[in-house]
Amino acid sequence: MTVDEPPYLAAALRRRDYLISAWPWRALAYAVTTVPIAGVLTVALLIVVSPLLAVVGAVRQDRPLGLPIILFLAVTGIALVLLAPIVTIPVTMIERWRLGVVDPRPLPEHRPRGGLSARYTSGAAWREVVYACWLGGVIPIAYWVFAVLVLLDLTLLAGPWLAANDDRVVLVWATVDTPGQAIPYAIVGLLLVPVLWYLAGLLVAGQAAVARRLLGGPPADGAALREVTRSRARLVDAYETERRRIERDVHDGAQPRLTSLTLQLGLARLDVPDDSPAARPLAIAHEQAKDLMVTLRQIVQGIRPQNLTELGLAGAVRELAGEATIPVTVHADLARPLPVLVETTAYFVVSEALGNVARHARATRAEVRLTQAGRNLVVEVSDDGCGGADPARGTGLTGLADRVAAVDGRLLLASPAGGPTLVRVELPCRP
Amino acid sequence: MPPVIRVVLAEDEVLLREGLVGLLTRFHFEVVAAVGSAPALLEAVRADEPDLLVTDIRMPPDHRDDGLRAAVTLRAGRPRLAVVVLSQYVQTEYASALLDSGDGRRVGYLLKDRVADVAEFADTLRRVVGGGTAIDPDVVRHLLHRPRDPLAALSAREREVLALLAEGHSNAAIAARLHVTEAAIGKHVGNILTKLDLPPSDDTNRRVLAVLTYLRRHGS
Repeated sequence: MTVDEPPYLAAALRRRDYLISAWPWRALAYAVTTVPIAGVLTVALLIVVSPLLAVVGAVRQDRPLGLPIILFLAVTGIALVLLAPIVTIPVTMIERWRLGVVDPRPLPEHRPRGGLSARYTSGAAWREVVYACWLGGVIPIAYWVFAVLVLLDLTLLAGPWLAANDDRVVLVWATVDTPGQAIPYAIVGLLLVPVLWYLAGLLVAGQAAVARRLLGGPPADGAALREVTRSRARLVDAYETERRRIERDVHDGAQPRLTSLTLQLGLARLDVPDDSPAARPLAIAHEQAKDLMVTLRQIVQGIRPQNLTELGLAGAVRELAGEATIPVTVHADLARPLPVLVETTAYFVVSEALGNVARHARATRAEVRLTQAGRNLVVEVSDDGCGGADPARGTGLTGLADRVAAVDGRLLLASPAGGPTLVRVELPCRP
Repeated sequence: MPPVIRVVLAEDEVLLREGLVGLLTRFHFEVVAAVGSAPALLEAVRADEPDLLVTDIRMPPDHRDDGLRAAVTLRAGRPRLAVVVLSQYVQTEYASALLDSGDGRRVGYLLKDRVADVAEFADTLRRVVGGGTAIDPDVVRHLLHRPRDPLAALSAREREVLALLAEGHSNAAIAARLHVTEAAIGKHVGNILTKLDLPPSDDTNRRVLAVLTYLRRHGS
């Protein structure tokens, strides 16, 4: 399957290669399988409405109405309302499956909770009832019209043979006597074949669109998708705000208090003689407090890099570069201020990317470039290593991609075997 | 009895500020002012003209590097003012900013962890006031970890000595720490300076500056 294969019938119809693709045959398969299902539904509908027709007929001809027929009407009416949402269950199951033939895009499914009774209060269930009525009531008429067109075309095509056997043949609108006279009509019939193919496609595409709308609910359009991404970005933003708050609390509250405690323990040690029984426990407490200071600093660093808070992105990235095991050059050209979330994402991108360079690239030097292009922050990390970085192997790159995707950015990777490797990340900066 | 060292202390967390005041007093420093923000720090130094300024980096009003910027500003007009900044974590850029202020003497850049070893901390402050330079061992370790080919020529022992050298220790202090004779350290230092192509010097401070300048220049 090629990449630009149209995803569904209506899209395929707009393409030049429609007639030679598999789509007309898919449409045909869909139309042929529609016939038995629509047929059954039509019969069911006729059963339901026939008493009604009888009543209408009786009233128009001024005949008296029998009680049995009124009773029957009432009972079928009630039964229809009571049973419709239930009997449509198998119909919609088949229809959903069948829709895949001409439109394999996933169809959202509304499955009401609470068993069968819930189907009477569910809008989705009643939409399915409408669909069943439409399939049994409207579709057969459309199919009949189409079938008549096909028959007329077949007559045009068969004209020369018919005229050879009979003396006079009526071809749709003209009368011909000889096969020779019928040939121009046959040519018209031949030319109409692709038109009919298209017409069949249109008919089925329309039918599929209605099926999609009634069985799948309102379309998930671009606006809805954008809203989803935005709310995801908001969520990430909220996490980021929370991280900053925690870092600030630890920095302003816990860390100085712990330092103060350790300092006091240090002072106390000065005044406790070495041979005192308190000397050893005090020394242990002092050491443990010192260890805790280191631990706490490492924890805060993991929550939100303190470098970033104080130095900004360019400075923090330079610190990162300084910690690398190979020489890393940093070029930063950041004229405008960046949103906090973008700053943090960019920082972790550089951190992860340099980590990958150290672990896998066998490089002798690397370069980090931070630039602002339009409304994007562009982060590029390149190295002169062995290349061959593959997102499918290892979690480093996929983790990076996840982080970038969460803020609606994109990650591009060029890493041919033998190197060099370039990771480029573009992060949109919303005002 | 050496002259009393007059100190201005700046730290925004009250508990720690009081703890530091206690420590300094215990070691016979005179705390002339203890403040909690960068503007108050500037004002106190201008009013009291202390010998030493001990300040936190992240302080009000901006809660970024306000304390450091105040210290660098003050040093520009007062080359004699000794400054020791305390940082919650290692940042080589801050250390560089400090070393670049004035002639690189009378400055110290220490992690807050160092105040826990109270006596050593007090010693460091005195060394800085006496014209020395004190760079936190963690910062030095960062500088040493940077990739630089000439450092590869050093032996493990020489690297150890270089680290202590960069922190501002004298030959005698290094010898005591490594449990070897001062003469042995003198030989190591000579080798290091030769291998790094630095001018030989017996003045501890000049040597420290040479080494730090070297490490930074060959850093990023």
